[in-house]
Formats: sequence, C-alpha cells, structure tokens
Amino acid sequence: MAGVNTEIALTHILTRKRQTIVAALGVMIGIAIYICLNTLVIGTNRYSDNAIFKTTPHIRIYKEDEVSRPLTKDSIQKKSTVIVNPKISNISKNLINPVKLLDEIKSQPEVTSAAQMVTANLFYNNGKSQLNGSGWGINIAEANAMFDIQSTMVDGDLRTLLNTPNGIILGVGIADKLSLKRNDNLSVISSIGVIKLMKVVGFFKTSNLVTDKGKSYMNLAAAQQLLGQGPSYVTDIYVKIKDPDQAPKYAAELSKITGYTSEDWQTANELFVAGKKIRAIMFAVISWAILLVAAFGIYNIVNMTITQKMNDIAILKANGFSGMDVIKIFVTEAMIMGIIGTIMGFLLAALIVNLLSHIYIGADIGYFPIEFELSVSLTGVWVGLLVTFGAGFIPARKAAKVDPVAIFRK
Amino acid sequence: MEKKVILKTEGIGKYFYDPIEFKVLDNISFEAYKGEFLTLVGKSGSGKSTLLYILSTMDTDYEGRLIIDDEKITGQSLNNLAAIRNKNIGFVFQFHYLLPEFSCLKNIMIPALKLGKYSHAEVEQHAYEKLKMLGIEDQALKPASKLSGGQQQRVSIARALINSPKIIMCDEPTGNLDSKNSRIVFDIFQQVARDFGQTIIAVTHDNDFAAASDRTIELSDGKILNQ
Ligand SMILES: Nc1ncnc2c1ncn2[C@@H]1O[C@H](COP(=O)(O)OP(=O)(O)OP(=O)(O)O)[C@@H](O)[C@H]1O
Ligand SMILES: [Mg+2]
Repeated sequence: MAGVNTEIALTHILTRKRQTIVAALGVMIGIAIYICLNTLVIGTNRYSDNAIFKTTPHIRIYKEDEVSRPLTKDSIQKKSTVIVNPKISNISKNLINPVKLLDEIKSQPEVTSAAQMVTANLFYNNGKSQLNGSGWGINIAEANAMFDIQSTMVDGDLRTLLNTPNGIILGVGIADKLSLKRNDNLSVISSIGVIKLMKVVGFFKTSNLVTDKGKSYMNLAAAQQLLGQGPSYVTDIYVKIKDPDQAPKYAAELSKITGYTSEDWQTANELFVAGKKIRAIMFAVISWAILLVAAFGIYNIVNMTITQKMNDIAILKANGFSGMDVIKIFVTEAMIMGIIGTIMGFLLAALIVNLLSHIYIGADIGYFPIEFELSVSLTGVWVGLLVTFGAGFIPARKAAKVDPVAIFRK
Repeated sequence: MEKKVILKTEGIGKYFYDPIEFKVLDNISFEAYKGEFLTLVGKSGSGKSTLLYILSTMDTDYEGRLIIDDEKITGQSLNNLAAIRNKNIGFVFQFHYLLPEFSCLKNIMIPALKLGKYSHAEVEQHAYEKLKMLGIEDQALKPASKLSGGQQQRVSIARALINSPKIIMCDEPTGNLDSKNSRIVFDIFQQVARDFGQTIIAVTHDNDFAAASDRTIELSDGKILNQ
C-alpha cells in the first residue's frame, strides 16, 4: 500500500509547517523568476523579430555578383604565367522570368508569401539639397502583405501609389532633411544617371533611423525605369515562410529549386542573432541559478529532517520498511514542498506577466512586449518538480542506507 | 506433542573490531519452538542485545547461519529481510521506542499499514484491541512523545503484536515497568504463546520473569552457558 509512506511524510510535513512554508516559498520565487525571465525573453525576441521582419524577409533570393574568370585555361598553357584581373562581372542582376519564378516559390508548402522587388541606389534632389538612399520598387499588394508597410505610414496612404505611377513614399528622415511635404515634387537620379520627376504621396516611419533617412517605396515600374530596364527586370524575390527559425534550411532548399542565391534573415542579421543568443544564455544562467538556490533550500530541510530523524528511520526499518520505502517517504516530503512552491510560483509568474503586459512603454512599442506563454510556464512547472525531486532524492538515499542496529546501539 | 522449530541458529559468532578486536558472540547454536516463551539472561555486556539484533535480521554481519520458519535468513537481500521482519517478527527495543510525532494508535498501526493485509479501518480496530489488552486505550490519541517511559514501552509491545508475527523479540520489555505492569506484560506474552502459537524471545534481567518463562538460555561472555 502506497498510503502509509505518504501518511508518514505528511505527518513530518505538518509537524514542521514553518520550515515547509519557507522551503516552498523558496521554490515559489525560483519558479516565478524562471517563468518570468523566460517569458520576457520570448516576448522581447518576438517584438524585435517583428521589428526586423518589417523590413527584412525571412529569405531573400537574388543573383550573386560573379567575379570574372580568366578566359584562358591553365591546362592549355601550363608553363606560361597568366596575368588576370578578377573583377565583378558586368552581367545583369536580373532574375530571369520572375513571374514564373515567383509562382514556383509561392507553390512551396512552407512559403506563406513572396514578393518581387527592384532595388535601386538613388539620389533624392530638392532644389540644391541632395541625399542618397535606396529606392524599393514594389508590387504594392505583395509588399504590404509581407511588411505591413501601411502600418508604418505617418502621412498619406500606401494605396495612392496604385494610381500614381510616379508616386514615391519617403522615410520621414528624408522628408525632414529635404523639407518635403505631401504632394511635393521630387527629382530622383539613379546610379546609371536616369532622372525622374516623382510625386511625394506619403511618409513612413520605422524604428530604425538609418532606414528612415534613406529608404523610399515606389511602383515596380518606376524603379525599373530608373534602372533603364523593362518590366521583366526584378532584382530580388522576398519570401516569408511559416517558421522563421527554419529559414536557413529553406533558404538552401529554395536556392536549389531556383538556382539563385538565397539568404536567410539570420545570415543577413548576424549581429542581431548573436545578441539574441547572448541574451538567451544570460537569462538561462540567471534563472537556473535561482532555481538551484531554491532547490538547495529543499535539500537543506530534507537533509536536516533526516539527520534529526535517524531514530525514526531505524524504528521504521526495524518494523519492516525497506530502503525504498524510506526514500519514498523523504522524496514525498520534498515533492509536497516542491508542488506547493511550484503552483504558487506559477500563479505569481502569471500575475507578474499580467502586470507587466499592462505597462505602457510608448513609441511604436506600445505596451510592454510580454504575454503569458503556456509552454514556458509548463516547462517551469516541470523543471520545478524535477529539481525538487532531485533535492529530495539525494539526501533520501543517505537515509535509506541508515543501519538501524548502529542507531539502536547508541 | 511434536515441537516445530521456528528459529534456529547454527554456530553464530560475531566480532567487534573497535576499539580492539574481540569476539562478542561465540558459536551460538540453539533452537526456539513454535509457541515457546523463551528468555535470554546473562550479565550486562554478555552479548544479549547483540544476539537479539542478529536474530531480528537487522544485523547481517556475523558468521554461522540463521534459519527462521525453515527459511535460511543468512545472506538474503536487505529488501527481503525488511519484508520478513514486517511479516514475521515483532520487536520491542531496549531504549528506543516510538515515532514521537505520531499518536500511540498510529505508532501501532504503522507496521500493519505497511503489511497492507487489512484495510485502514480494520487495522485501527486491531490497534485499539491491543491497546486495551495492555491497559492503555485511554492514551490512544496522545502523541507518543507525551507518554511516560512505561506507557511507551507498552505501546511498543502493542506494535510488536499488531501483525501477529511468528516471533516476538524483546530487549528488556519490562525494564521500565512496575511489578503490576510487568505482570500484565508477562501474562500477555504467555497468552499469545499459548493461544496463538507465537514464539517469544525476551532478554531480561528480571529473575522472576525468566523463571516463570518456558525456558531460559543464559549467556556468559558471548557463549551459551546452559540450556
Ligand atoms: N558497536 C560496538 N562496538 C564495539 N563493541 C560493542 C559495540 N556494541 C556493543 N559492544 C560490546 O559488546 C558487548 C556486548 O554488548 P551487548 O549490548 O550485547 O550486551 P548486553 O548483554 O545486551 O548488555 P546489557 O544487559 O547491559 O544490555 C559489550 O562488551 C559491549 O561493550
Ligand atoms: Mg542489552
């Protein structure tokens, strides 16, 4: 019968309520901090990922610059020295037959959306002042579906571009520097010298100052004209997939399918990814350290109980309790404290997360980017139970080895 | 009547090594029968308690063989020994008696709950019967730590009886009792031996107690004197 061991454990617990509560409180704080920190990491990561994905696709497909090769082959002129001057070849960065390519990419099961882009290096001119930056030729619907550009608009409407062939939407930084207002005209010069007069139809503002100072959106056709190219000229295809974490894997796959280079967002944002990793490790170390302190509290009290109860353990063994029974008794005691502490820790964490999520930060962050994460909380509960099990098991093993005769002889 | 051997020792010997090596038990061979009330006597330090710990299966560090109920005990695993103790052996200690945080009733019930043969309610009823037998039913719900030494000893006797073990081993069961209560304990032992066929092996310093038992074995310097 399992009952008697539990009954003994409960009696031990109830006759030392104070220590039980102190140990449980330790676990509660440990678990609450564990859950809160990990929820915080997820929340902030999600926020910063989203910020990145407002301008960066999960995967970017483009044609890599090729370096020219010597025309002669080494094998023919083995003995002579060939002087070569490798340069980036002048082959066009055009993706061939972009419409078909786009359809093919969109038909991949993991792909949620794809958009074609033409990026052009530009100078924005207003009177005497000039500013350089990059113009993004986009298909309005595709690009908005991917980056939700409309949500970053502080003035004007993205859809105005649809019926304004020479319309341009500027970052607020450009507008400030060139003192432009909506409906102003702006002359734009591309890197190959094409000049185009464009009409400002709106402004956008992201959380990135550099972006706001250089970037602009325009119709695909306008960007193609600026580069002196026809309607089938597309430099990049941007892809969004279901799980951004899988981007490196699918980038390789898409590269194989399309024959072009594809770059996952992690590679494009190495520094950001590294920062994220460092943050994750740091918080993991902190939360585990706190958990271990809590576990040590339980270990301590179980250990103390065992030391004080040598006599009782001997009596139980004399009456036919096995080493395993003794282990069960003390592990049960640890688990009772652990379960109480873990449940309270779970509730405390839920409360703290709820309070944090109501703190208004302002700017484009809005409310504190945290929300209750069930999976993290359940992990916290598991970890709490596991750690308390260990904290009970280690001293209990010692109790199981008590030799009753040695105790009775004292 | 044919006497059934319930416990048998064959040449049991034991050494202590601390502080110096000496043989505390030497070639102990005897038999105890079913339903027998056996007493063990001898001078202080003659090795009575040491022998009892070996007989109780708690001490496994000895030479020779121990057989209980036709089963060889020597060399069995600790888990098996624990189960054998639970079922077949009741033990009354010389000094250490009860679990202080539990009521007297619980103390008596614990070996029976461990055995798991009867329901909680049945075990409780059996425990009350034993308490009544020993005249301490009014103490049933008191924590064991709040009892006098003699009361505690009687509770531990009740606990030794609860699983109706084949053998009840006692180390000075009446050491803390007045003559009236010694008498009660003696009568109970005699009764369970006679009526239920349980075997009593009791260490005692009380000459009257020993004289009234079925048989007495005397130890001297770790050897059996007469039988
Ligand atoms: N752990 C030990 N280490 C060394 N010697 C011991 C140990 N335990 C007991 N002894 C010695 O063994 C001998 C027998 O001890 P034991 O307790 O069996 O005597 P006893 O007959 O029960 O005496 P008493 O009637 O006083 O209870 C004694 O000389 C004692 O000093
Ligand atoms: Mg003794």
